[in-house]
Amino acid sequence: MAAAPSTVTTPAAKWSKALPYRGHVGILLLILTESSFFSIFVVAYVFYLGKSLSGPYPKDVLSPPILNTICLLSSSITIVLAIRSLRAGSIRTFAIWWFVTFALGLEFLTGTALEWHRLIYHEGLTISTNLFGTTYYSLVGLHALHVTIGLLLILLVLILTMCGYMNERHVERTDVLSWYWHFVDAVWIVVFLTVYVIGR
Amino acid sequence: MAGTIDQEIAVGAIDDTESLPVLGKLHEWVVTVDHKRLGLMYIMGGLFFFLIAGLQAMTIRLQLAFPDGNVVPPQVFNRLMTMHGTAMVFLVGMPILTGFFNYLVPLMIGARDLAFPRLNAFGFWLWFFGALLLYFSYLAGDGLYGAGSAPDVGWFAYAPLTELPFSRGNSTDYWILSIFLTSVGSTATAINIIASAFCMRCEGMTLSKMPVLVWLSVVVAFMMLVVLPPLSAAQVMLLLDRFLGAHFFDTQAGGSAILWQHFFWIFGHPEVYILVIPAFAFASEIIPVFSRKVIFGYSVMVAATCAIGIISMSVWAHHMFAVGMTPPGNSFFAAASMLVGVPTGIKIFNWLGTIWGGKLRFRLPMLFSLAFLFQFLVAGLTGIMLAVAPFDWQVTDTYFVVAHFHYVLVGAIIFMDFAAIYYWFPKATGRMLNETLGKWHFWLFLIGFHLTFDTLHFAGLRGMPRRIYTYQPGRGLETLNLIASIGALMQGLGVLFLVINVIRSLRSGDPAGNDPWDAWTLEWSTTSPPPEYNFAEAPTVRSRRPLWDLKHPEDPDWKYE
Repeated sequence: MAAAPSTVTTPAAKWSKALPYRGHVGILLLILTESSFFSIFVVAYVFYLGKSLSGPYPKDVLSPPILNTICLLSSSITIVLAIRSLRAGSIRTFAIWWFVTFALGLEFLTGTALEWHRLIYHEGLTISTNLFGTTYYSLVGLHALHVTIGLLLILLVLILTMCGYMNERHVERTDVLSWYWHFVDAVWIVVFLTVYVIGR
Repeated sequence: MAGTIDQEIAVGAIDDTESLPVLGKLHEWVVTVDHKRLGLMYIMGGLFFFLIAGLQAMTIRLQLAFPDGNVVPPQVFNRLMTMHGTAMVFLVGMPILTGFFNYLVPLMIGARDLAFPRLNAFGFWLWFFGALLLYFSYLAGDGLYGAGSAPDVGWFAYAPLTELPFSRGNSTDYWILSIFLTSVGSTATAINIIASAFCMRCEGMTLSKMPVLVWLSVVVAFMMLVVLPPLSAAQVMLLLDRFLGAHFFDTQAGGSAILWQHFFWIFGHPEVYILVIPAFAFASEIIPVFSRKVIFGYSVMVAATCAIGIISMSVWAHHMFAVGMTPPGNSFFAAASMLVGVPTGIKIFNWLGTIWGGKLRFRLPMLFSLAFLFQFLVAGLTGIMLAVAPFDWQVTDTYFVVAHFHYVLVGAIIFMDFAAIYYWFPKATGRMLNETLGKWHFWLFLIGFHLTFDTLHFAGLRGMPRRIYTYQPGRGLETLNLIASIGALMQGLGVLFLVINVIRSLRSGDPAGNDPWDAWTLEWSTTSPPPEYNFAEAPTVRSRRPLWDLKHPEDPDWKYE
């Protein structure tokens, strides 16, 4: 266990301290397998670029969601600040940064919802319209699903913090969640480049 | 560590259930997070579906035993073929390997459980219900259309043939959802195995002192994490196509007819290595013990497995030579496929090097391992033949291919699964399996295997296509098919001997003791069956063969490693 008190110096304790923390190894492996999952959807998106038989086409209806992107990417910074305050023992600062992270994530999700609303009701693009609709909604939707899962977990931690259950013993677990959030942000960079830069 | 408290609770629980009826004991198995119980449930589940899918295979062979066969109608034959293939890969091969890894990895690294015990239980139950879902399709696959029960689209389920217009009813949806669930379950196990091997090793066990089986389980788990998602992703796309009217594989809307094949085989080919590397792992534990020698070339063995894992991810399109790829594409995948032969050959020479000059003990695990060595070599050689694209064009979709991959799946994997059952059964139950019944099993299965699959090579070379439900007389296929079907019957009889042996030995087998094979890895240092906490005291390790060091303090391994 990584949280073993540092006063213990038996060889066995030294040995188990030298091994990596299982939470971090586990989340890295989850990220590996999720990356593989996403990459297939990215491949499908790129493979079907320009293959739609009818409109609307990406260049007609898509505009880069700059504000959303800024919000989501900066939430990676705020979550780091949150974990740092937790490590320093300041639960109050942690709660503030954690809430900001949640709010930024929520803004991103709302932005996606508004974009989808516009595409569906004003541009007439659904998942069954053409290959662009099929690949766009599945790739962006898959990412939005991951944002939603991340937000639910962040909300859970937020509620537990409000109820006073958060303390330094939970640093490593909360850190594991933040790694997942960084992954979701990193995937957005790939999705953004694929859909709004290369694909437009 | 709350080891002692857990221990008391565990003892108390066992005392309680002694008096409880079956239901109480069953409840214990349902709520367990113990890696040994989950491992055994994986293996028992796998063997259960092995019997079902095996009976389906025997029905297929019965239908094909004589020309113009009339045992089952064509549409039932297609379902049999699909269910046999799907079940044997996802409901038999996968759970047996995850079961053994579940059971053995913590014991071999001197840990009390896997890194995430509850995730482990979650993975098992996902697999379990996913597996039930596949066979449930026989009852519910009709949907509202009356369009046929179980999936009949082959285990590869090529889109666009699996798109809604061509595959009505819900049978294909059952195939998609069932395999999706079992894949998620396998992913959970894979994360668990790697995290355990990296974070839970006992004192002194550096990475280079891990047993070969643990190393190979890590490689397999990494492969699962990378190659199962492509299949799951493609299945999600297919579901979107079928239910929301998306166009991923819809050629009418500009979709590709071969994209699914790429996605499927990106998963499908490494999957073969996911299934066969555990067989290598069992062989690498069993052959040294029954040759009374340390494994030859430990580090080369590990390196070769890593090489196989990496190369196997770039060979998938050799399943698609007949699709009509470009010549450079064909050449690349032919060359990559042949390249896998190099590390595989290294492994075969390592096992031979282990046997060479050893004091061989021809007990049952060793007999199955020796058969594996020979059969896996042949399977590898026909694999090289099939990697030659022009030769593949000639025999693609014939029984030559069927014979080749059954040589791998049965001749290598199932044989080593049997070897592993005979080898570790005493550890898991405390009783030995009967040698005489085991010999009957071995010889019947061995002869049956060769009767079936040796002859099918020739049926394929004579042009017998795969997946046909019958053939006409006078084409030179009758004798070969009859021999193959007789062989299938013998294999079935052999498995019957295993079932009888397991049931008899559970009741009245010879007591095994802690270490019946005089072996060297940590699982043999604890009792048989091991207590829930595995080791009362966390072991300390100084070499790759900790039990050898214990038994031979005058000549320990750590002096030379």
